[in-house]
Amino acid sequence: MILRSITLRRTANLSATLLMGGATLLVLLPLIIIFYHIVKMGISSISLDFFTQIPKPTGEAGGGMANGIAGSAIMIGMASLVGLPIGIFGAVYLTEYGTGKLATAIRFCADVLSGIPSIITGMVAYSMLVVPLKGFSALAGSFALSLIMIPIVLRTTEEQLKMVPATLREASLALGVPLWRTSIKVTLRSALTGVITGVLLAIARVAGETAPLLFTALGNQFWSKKLTEPMAALPLQIFNFAISPYEDWHRLAWAGALVLVVLMFGLSLAARWLGRSKHS
Amino acid sequence: MQNSAQGIKGDAIFRGFTLLLACSIIVILLLMTAEMVKESLPAISRFGWRFISGSTWDAVQEEFASLPYLYGSIVSSILAILLATPLSIGTALFITELAPRKVGAATAALVELLAAIPSVIYGLWGILVMTPWLQSTIQPFLIEHFGFLPFFRGAPYGVSMLAAVFILMIMIVPIITSITKEVLMAVPSSQKEAAIALGATRWEMIRMAVLPYGRSGILGAVILGLGRAIGETMAVTMVIGNTPKISLSLLSPAYTMPSVIANEFAETTTKMHASALMEIGLILLFVTLVINFLARMLLWSVTRKWKGGVA
Repeated sequence: MILRSITLRRTANLSATLLMGGATLLVLLPLIIIFYHIVKMGISSISLDFFTQIPKPTGEAGGGMANGIAGSAIMIGMASLVGLPIGIFGAVYLTEYGTGKLATAIRFCADVLSGIPSIITGMVAYSMLVVPLKGFSALAGSFALSLIMIPIVLRTTEEQLKMVPATLREASLALGVPLWRTSIKVTLRSALTGVITGVLLAIARVAGETAPLLFTALGNQFWSKKLTEPMAALPLQIFNFAISPYEDWHRLAWAGALVLVVLMFGLSLAARWLGRSKHS
Repeated sequence: MQNSAQGIKGDAIFRGFTLLLACSIIVILLLMTAEMVKESLPAISRFGWRFISGSTWDAVQEEFASLPYLYGSIVSSILAILLATPLSIGTALFITELAPRKVGAATAALVELLAAIPSVIYGLWGILVMTPWLQSTIQPFLIEHFGFLPFFRGAPYGVSMLAAVFILMIMIVPIITSITKEVLMAVPSSQKEAAIALGATRWEMIRMAVLPYGRSGILGAVILGLGRAIGETMAVTMVIGNTPKISLSLLSPAYTMPSVIANEFAETTTKMHASALMEIGLILLFVTLVINFLARMLLWSVTRKWKGGVA
């Protein structure tokens, strides 16, 4: 190696340091600007009406996104009913028996699945539920969301279950407790906060999903009475109002964005806090 | 010993039950692929290769070809990756090698939070704040000073390929950064200490010990980012202008594969229209499957116990 003068090496070091710091600033800057706008526009547009009213017809001021908030909550709830058990118990399989080729294939598929664009999940839900049921529905929307949830819950739960010390499980097995009871009463139980963390993150992820709902739940300007009807969702309303030409609707979209961001950060922070308190 | 017999039976049932649920992942993946193939068959058999090479998209004449969407997806994603990669690696190095521990942790936490912001919110900001700003400042500047290049010709519309590239870059930087950070943290400290002990400066240590060790993992992170960019729907749809034209100029509006699906799929009138959109979805699925397959292979080779899902 050719020896270079120390000044050159120091200059290279200094410029690399500056470049790394500069890159970090460039990365954080737009994000801080986005935050600033969401908070500023959101706070000035939000009011009690936002949570209690449904959108007003074009041109009328006021209105809210109550039906979107409720719709999102209902669809996330139904998606969780299906997605969480599958993800969590699938993860139990991977931790307890997952040493073979099949388990590796499952892990790999889960990782690949979580990288598939969510709009494709929406198309699949459309042809599997909307076409046979002859209409857009909240059911189809929840189905699409549950498909997105499953791989996320599976992988995060497995990570958490793997952290349970083997000695704890061995102690239970040595006492003659069958493996299945050990799994539920010892492994899952001691990893409970971790599992909840994973669940919260998965919910945070699907709460903001818009693309898979476009042609499943479709959205609704009014309250939905049945699960087989089109249903409003908060992210869908943000999308529709953002691309509309009306100033009033833009304001509602900002308010919706603020609510969504606060919700997601709340969930993330709760997840982090739970994850942390376990180790201390 | 009835008790242990029950235990064994219970174990067998439990194993079968959890196996069934775990296998649903594979079933979902196969089912999605099969469904997409089935629904695109009418379009595939009618248009053949013409679907990829042509650029007519006419719902009235039922003549469909997807080149402008392919072009828009590829160009916007590749440009976004080219801009995002150096920024992400720089930020990841800042977090792991440069910053004091607390500053690094805070930066990392901020980046993680940003990766969690839904794309519709990036789109909202993009359409109401960024594109008007591009239209009034950046685009006129580019036209005035670089207008002799074919990339910066035309009128400043705001909504454009350029806007899509910017918004994609902002969105994928947190993803690439947080995975690259994980990869870099897996570099053994003995390697780094050896470089420092030989008298290397910090940059030389990074170049000689950290980057070579993390190379395939970083490549995996970048490819994963590419997959995200290609599949990104809402934010791009909101800022790209949705015009199916192939233009060299970054200032003109364009269209991507996910965007045309998002805009037209709910309102298809004919079976062939729906099937053509399904075929675009199938192409998108195929591309993202290959990309994710590659990325996961690379990442798994670096960290065997790779954390999935969240990224």
